[in-house]
Amino acid sequence: MATTAMPHDTAHGETHELPFIRKYIFSTDHKTIGVQFLLMSLLFLFVGGLAAMMIRWQLGFPDTPLPGGALLPETMAPGGFLLPEFFNSLVTMHGTLMVFFAIMPLLVGVFGNFLIPLKIGAPDMAFPRLNMWSFWTAVPAGIIMLSGFFVEGGAAGAGWTSYAPLAANGEYTGVYLGQQLWLLSIALLGLSSILGATNYITTVVNLRAPGMTWFRLPLSIWALFITAILVLLAIPILSGAAIMLFFDQTIGTHFFDPTGGGQPLLWQHLFWYFGHPEVYILILPGMGVVSDVIANGSRKPVFGYHSMVYAIIGIAFLGWLVWGHHMFQSGMNPALGMTFMVSTMLIAVPSAIKVFNWMGTMWRGNIRFHVPMLHAVSFVAMFVIGGLSGVFMASTPVDIYFHDTYFIVAHIHYVLFGGSLFAIFAAITFWYPKMFGRLMNPALGRVHWFLTFVFFNMTFWPMHNLGVGGHMRRIYDPNQYAFLQPLAGTNRFITISALLLFTSQILFAVNFVVSWFKGAKASHNPWEDNGLEWTVPSPPPHGNFSATPTVLHGPYEFSSPLVQDADFLPQSRNLDALPARPAGE
Amino acid sequence: MSWFLPHGASTYAADIDFIYYVILVVTGIAFVVVEAGLVWFAIKYRARPGRKAAYTHGNMRAEVIWTAVPAVTVIAIGLMSGGVWRSVKSESGIPANALSYRVTAKQFEWNVTYAGPDGSLDTADDFTIRNQLHVPVYRPVVVRLRAEDVIHSFFIPAFRVKQDAVPGLNTHVWFEAMETGEFDIACAELCGIGHTTMGATVTVHAAEDFDRWVASQATTTALR
Repeated sequence: MATTAMPHDTAHGETHELPFIRKYIFSTDHKTIGVQFLLMSLLFLFVGGLAAMMIRWQLGFPDTPLPGGALLPETMAPGGFLLPEFFNSLVTMHGTLMVFFAIMPLLVGVFGNFLIPLKIGAPDMAFPRLNMWSFWTAVPAGIIMLSGFFVEGGAAGAGWTSYAPLAANGEYTGVYLGQQLWLLSIALLGLSSILGATNYITTVVNLRAPGMTWFRLPLSIWALFITAILVLLAIPILSGAAIMLFFDQTIGTHFFDPTGGGQPLLWQHLFWYFGHPEVYILILPGMGVVSDVIANGSRKPVFGYHSMVYAIIGIAFLGWLVWGHHMFQSGMNPALGMTFMVSTMLIAVPSAIKVFNWMGTMWRGNIRFHVPMLHAVSFVAMFVIGGLSGVFMASTPVDIYFHDTYFIVAHIHYVLFGGSLFAIFAAITFWYPKMFGRLMNPALGRVHWFLTFVFFNMTFWPMHNLGVGGHMRRIYDPNQYAFLQPLAGTNRFITISALLLFTSQILFAVNFVVSWFKGAKASHNPWEDNGLEWTVPSPPPHGNFSATPTVLHGPYEFSSPLVQDADFLPQSRNLDALPARPAGE
Repeated sequence: MSWFLPHGASTYAADIDFIYYVILVVTGIAFVVVEAGLVWFAIKYRARPGRKAAYTHGNMRAEVIWTAVPAVTVIAIGLMSGGVWRSVKSESGIPANALSYRVTAKQFEWNVTYAGPDGSLDTADDFTIRNQLHVPVYRPVVVRLRAEDVIHSFFIPAFRVKQDAVPGLNTHVWFEAMETGEFDIACAELCGIGHTTMGATVTVHAAEDFDRWVASQATTTALR
């Protein structure tokens, strides 16, 4: 039921140059908005990483002043030693910035925006102005979030999960305004996500080019589409809960504060009812782009395309039934543990289907290890570890021991860094030529990939061992406890690895910035891919397609026997227009 | 950097640890198979001039196998876990002869209320000691948990015990120590500025020592 792309905005047909402010600042072009989201979220990725470095320094070298710590004010790190309240703020802000302002906008904001219209053959999003507003509400949300560091009492310090009553009353943390700014920022960012999601859903349903049937959609678009539905259903719950918690802090309601009859566990139920679908919001788009890149690198159709689609839908659906696994030790009725354990375990099934199908795609391929492919295969290798370590916590009795330890920290980082962030590196390096019209330096890209892969594993693999040793998360000084003292060496090793991991990202930053201005000019289709975006110039003009394309093939027709002159078949290429095929085909 | 759990000193520690090691072996096998497969495919099917990739869209039988095998495996792990979970966490799992304690958590201390010589809570001979839990060996104990301010989490790594103490909610843990000695209690839930300092000690006594200790504490508290 593909419909024709409609000219929805009269401005698109015009050829005259837009003024600078409309072209680069308040742009309604989905490609520009995608690049804006990219620059914003890379900045937050850097700030979130910086917070992680300070956390790691404290855990690895609690008795040595933080290098450069003298630059921090007395309220954060007198004499270069982090204060425990500042440490709690760092832990909170690291999680918040990475989840809400780095990974989520990098996947959904950047690639949802940039890829959806281009890959479905549309001139732009269904609602370009809504799209602009989505970005321009995310920016103030980010500014409000960071401003917490500069107000009295410091930034929010109740963890990125903001458990009540700790987060409900400033008396418990010493953070009043910072905690309120956190909630305002989250509610505002929620608005941005809802605007974006509405747009993506409408665009995919209505603006697909003729011939772009549902089962000719690239998996990246399937994943972004299902993700947008998750965002639309999950984010309002978080926004509602954040507003309730804000009222608890400011106007004396007691939704979550038992001193007035409130229920602390209600916050956890609401937070995780949003929070678990959020985990899939953060990984499904990564799975989508990785599927595109692995098919391209392997020069083969995606193995089991239909089951890949159903697995995305299955993961998204099961994601709504598992939130209680974050609450096994919370005081929730233990009888519920069995239900949530089984639903959680079942997520292993669609996840396994995806992993094996990626391997099936590589099997008997003719694999080109370009930089995006290196990142995409690393995604699979690391996501497997994150998925398998999840089984430990899904088992309710084993979770008794592992809950709130570094085992869960290792798990989440194998999913969100090893998974999502490697997918993001794959996606950025793959679509960079289309975004900026220039190629990134492949040699630098390979070195960056190699160092990131090695140091990532050196940083996060030993965190499993910390968890096995019982090391709690979010503690300021592990040496307080006799049973954690044997782990001090592991903590130091992790800190050094993390610093190396962080430093290696300079290579990516240099490659990103220098290639923008000095990179080799990119052709239409530097990766010899099938997607519609590769049939237009790099970067594509305003309005994308000079004529609405007609889609004739699935997205992954690599090495098709129908094609003699290449090992790929663009989705809109008309084979009948070729010279007569040899007889016998 | 060990994958072996620290020594367990409670009766059900071995049951929990067993499930952990089963999962470790199962996921370990899956890990090796997938990672080795990826490396093998990456080397074997790397691009070489003149080669063409196979043109295939999938294989139904292979997909059914790799759907069914993980499904059966995780359901088996789930079933195995369910029984241990019930006996450790449910109210009905608490042994009938368990000795009662109340632990009230607040920023940043654990206040342990003992039932005293009469063995029952909320009577005149109860006494409360901060950050010290004394229990007899080989006798089940049940700790009734409360919190005064924010959520804390009562964590005794050596006993494989963890349970949140939630303000406004009554929760419990039970355990039976199998060794005498001192073990760490930690707070596992971020509870504010002093979270990291919220440690305590559990001391496991031989049965007769424990009775003597209770008697001596009851007198000293009564004298106060």
